[in-house]
Amino acid sequence: MSISTSIWVWMAALLTLMVYSFLYKDNPFYRLAEHIFMGLSLGYTLTILWYNYIIPRVYEPLFLPPHQWSLIFPILLGIMTFGIFSKKYSWLIKYPLAFYVGGYAGLRIPLLLQSWIIRQVEASFLTPDKFTSLMSSINAILIFAGLFATLIYFYFSKKREHGFGAAAQVGIVFIMVAFGAAFGYTVMARISLLIGRMQFLIHDWLGIM
Amino acid sequence: MGFWQRFLQLDRKWIFLGIAIVVIIPLIKPIGLPIKPTKPVIDLFTYIDTLGPESGPVMVVTGFDPSTMPELMPMEQALLRHCLTKGIPVISFGGLYPAYIGMAKMAIDEVSADFPDKKYGEDYVFLGFIPGVSAVILSIGIDIATTFGNDYYGTPIDSLPMLRGVKNYSDISLVVDVSGTSTPEYWLMYAQERYGVNIGVACTAVSAPAYYAFLQSGQFVGMMGGMKGAAEYEELMARKGYPTGRRNATIGMDSQSLAHLLIILLIILGNAGYFIVRRGERRRGIIRRKR
Repeated sequence: MSISTSIWVWMAALLTLMVYSFLYKDNPFYRLAEHIFMGLSLGYTLTILWYNYIIPRVYEPLFLPPHQWSLIFPILLGIMTFGIFSKKYSWLIKYPLAFYVGGYAGLRIPLLLQSWIIRQVEASFLTPDKFTSLMSSINAILIFAGLFATLIYFYFSKKREHGFGAAAQVGIVFIMVAFGAAFGYTVMARISLLIGRMQFLIHDWLGIM
Repeated sequence: MGFWQRFLQLDRKWIFLGIAIVVIIPLIKPIGLPIKPTKPVIDLFTYIDTLGPESGPVMVVTGFDPSTMPELMPMEQALLRHCLTKGIPVISFGGLYPAYIGMAKMAIDEVSADFPDKKYGEDYVFLGFIPGVSAVILSIGIDIATTFGNDYYGTPIDSLPMLRGVKNYSDISLVVDVSGTSTPEYWLMYAQERYGVNIGVACTAVSAPAYYAFLQSGQFVGMMGGMKGAAEYEELMARKGYPTGRRNATIGMDSQSLAHLLIILLIILGNAGYFIVRRGERRRGIIRRKR
C-alpha cells in the first residue's frame, strides 16, 4: 500500500468522496463539489473554444494578413444570434436560424433516410445469403419477424383482432425484449462508472491494487 | 412485521452499501472470471489486425469526457496500442466537442509513452478539436488539411510526413468513433453513407443496443460496447501476445459480474417479496388501492 503524494490525486479523490456522500443524504460537501464542477466545466469549455476556435478561426484569418474578408458574412450571422438577448433586436435571430435550419435539413434528411431507413430495410430482407448457417438463418427469421410484428403493433388504423391482434401481441414481446436489453446495458454502464471511480480510489489514491 | 415486508421496506442505503462491497472486494482480491470475446468485438479487432504499415491510417476519434471515462478510456487505449503495435499509422482526432480534447491527449500521451520507437508525425499524429460537428465530418471528406489547418501542437498538417498523401476519407482505412454520445450516428450518416469510409464503434453500454442494428446491416464493421467490450478487446490483444498495458477493463469485470449477480438477486427477491406480501394481504382480506 502506497498512498499517492500527488496533490491532484488527493483533490480528485476528495471530490469523488464528496460527490458520493450524496448517497447518504444531501450535504454541503456534495453541493460544494457540484458547484466546483459546474464552474470548472464552463470555464474549461470557454477556454477551449476561445483558443481553438475564436483565435485561429475568426480573429487571425480576419485581422492578420492575408485577410479573408469573406468570413465577415458568417461572422455577422453568428453575431446576429446574440439578438435573442434583447427584446428590441430579437428579430435578428431569424436570419441565421433560416440559414441553419435550411442547410441542416437539406444536408441531413437525404442521408438520414438512406442510412436509417433504406439500408435498414434492405438488411431485413430474407435474401439467400442470410441462410448460410443455422444460426444466421435463425437470426434472419427473428429479425424479419421482429420488424414485421413491431410495425404491426404501431399500426393503429385497424382493430386488433384475429391474426392482426396476435401479430401485435408478438410485437409487444419483441419490444419488451428490447426494453429489457436496454435496461440491462444501462445497469452495466452505471456499474462500470462506479468501478472506474473505485479503481481510481483504490489504485491511484490508496495504492492498494 | 414479517421478513418480506421488512425486505420490501429496506432502506436503499443498504443496497448502495451492498453494491459498494461487491465492487470493491474483487478489485482488491481478483477472482479472474473468464472473458469470452463476442462477434462484434472480434470483427473490429480482426479488421484492424488485417491492416499494416502500408494500409491507410486508422482515425481514432475521441468522443467522451470524464463522465464516461471508465468505460471508454480502456477502449481508446486498446485501439491505439493495437494500431501502434501493428505499425498502422494513427490519426488521433480530439473530437467534435470541446470537453473531449483532454481525454484524447491523455490517451495518446499514455500509450505513445509505451512505444518509444514510434515517432510523432511519422507513426501517429494528434489533431485537435474543431467546432462544427457534422460540418467537420463532411469537411474531412473533402480535405483534411483544409479542415484542420494545423495539428494540436500548431504544426501545419502539410508538414507532417505521415499525412502526406492522405487527403480525405478515401485514404483512410477505418474511422473508429470512441463515443459516449450519439456521434456514431453522425459518422454513419456523414462519413459512411456520404463518402463510403468504414466505421467502427466503441461506445458506452447504454448506447450499444441501438447500434446492433447497424452491425447487422454491415454499416459498422464492428463494435465494442461498454466495459465488457473493452475487456474483450484487451483479451484479444493478450491472446495475440500484443502489449496491453494495465488492463483496466479486464480488472473491473469481476466487480461488474458480481454487481450484476447482486442486482439480479435483488430483482428476484423484490418481485418474490411483492407477490408473497400481496398474497398474504389477500388472505387477510386487505384490499390495496391502486395508485
